[in-house]
Amino acid sequence: MLDSVDITTRVEEILRTHKGMEGSLLPILHAIQAEFGYVPQVALPIIAKDLSLSKAEVHGVMSFYHDFREYPAGRHVVKLCRAESCQAMGADRVAAHVHTTLGLDWHQTSKDGSITLEPIFCLGLCACGPAAIIDGKLVGRVDEARIDAIIGGLK
Amino acid sequence: MKIYLPLDSAAVALGADEIAESLLFQAKARGINLTLVRNGSRGMVWLEPMAEVVTDAGRMAFGPLTLADVPALFGDLTAHPKALGLTDDLPWMKSQTRLTFARVGVIDPLSLGDYKAHGGLAGLTLALGMDKTAIVAEVTNSGLRGRGGAGFPTGIKWKTVSDAVADRKYIVCNADEGDSATFADRMLMEGDPFTLIEGMVIAGLATGATKGFVYIRSEYPIAVDVMQKAVKIATDAGVLGTSVLGSAHTFNIEIRVGAGAYVCGEETSLLNSLEGKRGVVRAKPPLPALQGFMAKPTVVNNVISLASVPVIFEKGAEFYKNFGLGRSRGTIPLQIAGNVKYGGLYEIAFGLTLAEIVDKIAGGSASGRPVKSVQVGGPLGAYFPRALFDTPFGYEEFAGKDGLIGHAGLTVFDDSADMLKQARFAMEFCAIESCGKCTPCRIGAVRGVETVDRIAKGDTSAIPLLTDLCNTMKAGSLCALGGFTPYPVMSALTHFPDDFAPMKEAAE
Repeated sequence: MLDSVDITTRVEEILRTHKGMEGSLLPILHAIQAEFGYVPQVALPIIAKDLSLSKAEVHGVMSFYHDFREYPAGRHVVKLCRAESCQAMGADRVAAHVHTTLGLDWHQTSKDGSITLEPIFCLGLCACGPAAIIDGKLVGRVDEARIDAIIGGLK
Repeated sequence: MKIYLPLDSAAVALGADEIAESLLFQAKARGINLTLVRNGSRGMVWLEPMAEVVTDAGRMAFGPLTLADVPALFGDLTAHPKALGLTDDLPWMKSQTRLTFARVGVIDPLSLGDYKAHGGLAGLTLALGMDKTAIVAEVTNSGLRGRGGAGFPTGIKWKTVSDAVADRKYIVCNADEGDSATFADRMLMEGDPFTLIEGMVIAGLATGATKGFVYIRSEYPIAVDVMQKAVKIATDAGVLGTSVLGSAHTFNIEIRVGAGAYVCGEETSLLNSLEGKRGVVRAKPPLPALQGFMAKPTVVNNVISLASVPVIFEKGAEFYKNFGLGRSRGTIPLQIAGNVKYGGLYEIAFGLTLAEIVDKIAGGSASGRPVKSVQVGGPLGAYFPRALFDTPFGYEEFAGKDGLIGHAGLTVFDDSADMLKQARFAMEFCAIESCGKCTPCRIGAVRGVETVDRIAKGDTSAIPLLTDLCNTMKAGSLCALGGFTPYPVMSALTHFPDDFAPMKEAAE
């Protein structure tokens, strides 16, 4: 487990690599999330000071975007597409099945910390829906059996 | 032996990486020297993963492949159970007019040599010999209009930026392709990234901008990866940098990644995001062309608009303009999606009717049930009933039927679709994705969901209320998110009144 001193050190390194970049806040937040799996709140005042912003402004940016997490996700992240083309191929049915089998609603993480379930709006896989992205791996033509097999393989 | 197998997201989502691994493993086991090129997709998504084996007669296609089909690719090809014949002879390929997508699926996306061998950099080379005014005039004469959806003439936008006086100007490529049913930007970036780079450099020459950004949504990890590699290759080769192709012109490109906000596909919201701010929409004026990124004159163009520029220079504005109908000139990459037999990307001149697209090209529904409606233009586009399937594909033609072509994505639904549910989703999506700046969108979308729920419970008095709310959102919203959400809602209500009738639940 990282303590706040470790986090501060890494955040400062990340800030150094983004010096001089125009409009660097999103790339910085992406880099921090890639490093820690979420954006630790202790990082916000450090970023704010570096970019001459208020902490509220940095928090405002971070909280605006769906991608940035305030807390770590589960060990595996399952994102199911909810958009229209996937709906036309049964995405709602597949989602309902996953909600039931995992006992999770959108944005929830299982009690043992193994799986976080998220909605996503379009992966550009609209001609082979329903689509999903599991731990960064794209999957097309997802049905109940396929998603069961994938989730069954996650531990 | 040489085999092409797409690195395209759709092919990968259907197992292309596993096929690639197996191909390399089996070739090695057989002592065969295999060159495996990971290319873009030809756009026939129902055939993915589709491999192409290079033969004396041409490239032979095989798909959709499973791991069990791999060994036979090293045997008698004509006897292969998934043999489709020569790729160029497939009906889907033969009937298209591929201008913007001419190289996608054909070349190795990250080989600059391959790119040049297929006409790449010819447009830029010509543009380098022209002055700013002539470059802008060429784009204006081509009739190219913004392919992101708004349809604004690209040449006029470039002229505004070109005429503006400033110490810095920018070219921003909007690759935040968030509309469901659209994947042309993704396929172009994954399959022919240098075309986009070339288009952006030409835009830089035309306007005096020396810096470009490509803002790609985070949902497109493969496109981000290919574009980053392509920018590095182009920079190392002197296509980008302080001396573009040895000239006195400077142009650099930086790839930026979005963070899951649909509204950032709106140009002013995208600019705020690029500046490191919340993706909140800006009021216009000032136009981004005059005060865009960092308040400097900025061209914001969609991927397909910019990627269509090189071919316009290579073949001439007149050539490009001769395709299309009315004020919709050139070609449009149709993205056929949802419940269809043959889904994918199909580039053709404007003017096909919806019926031709849905029944002939897409082959009807995948489920085999009757097609009930087609949503054209993404989540902010109208639902078209069969009665309007004679509408020709063009900007004005669709606007005339209270719809829009948007980014040319089509989602087909069979008769199991419940249009009230689709209307509710449109409002729900708007509520989730609203940037919150203007009231009609922020509050209206939430009230919209509640109002559709009242109708679903049989309260017909809520129907005029929904209509009124849609009018308010349409007239009072700052951008297309709140302003166009009424399109899917009102088209569903107007064309499919039975789905909103109080008898519905009893009938079920």
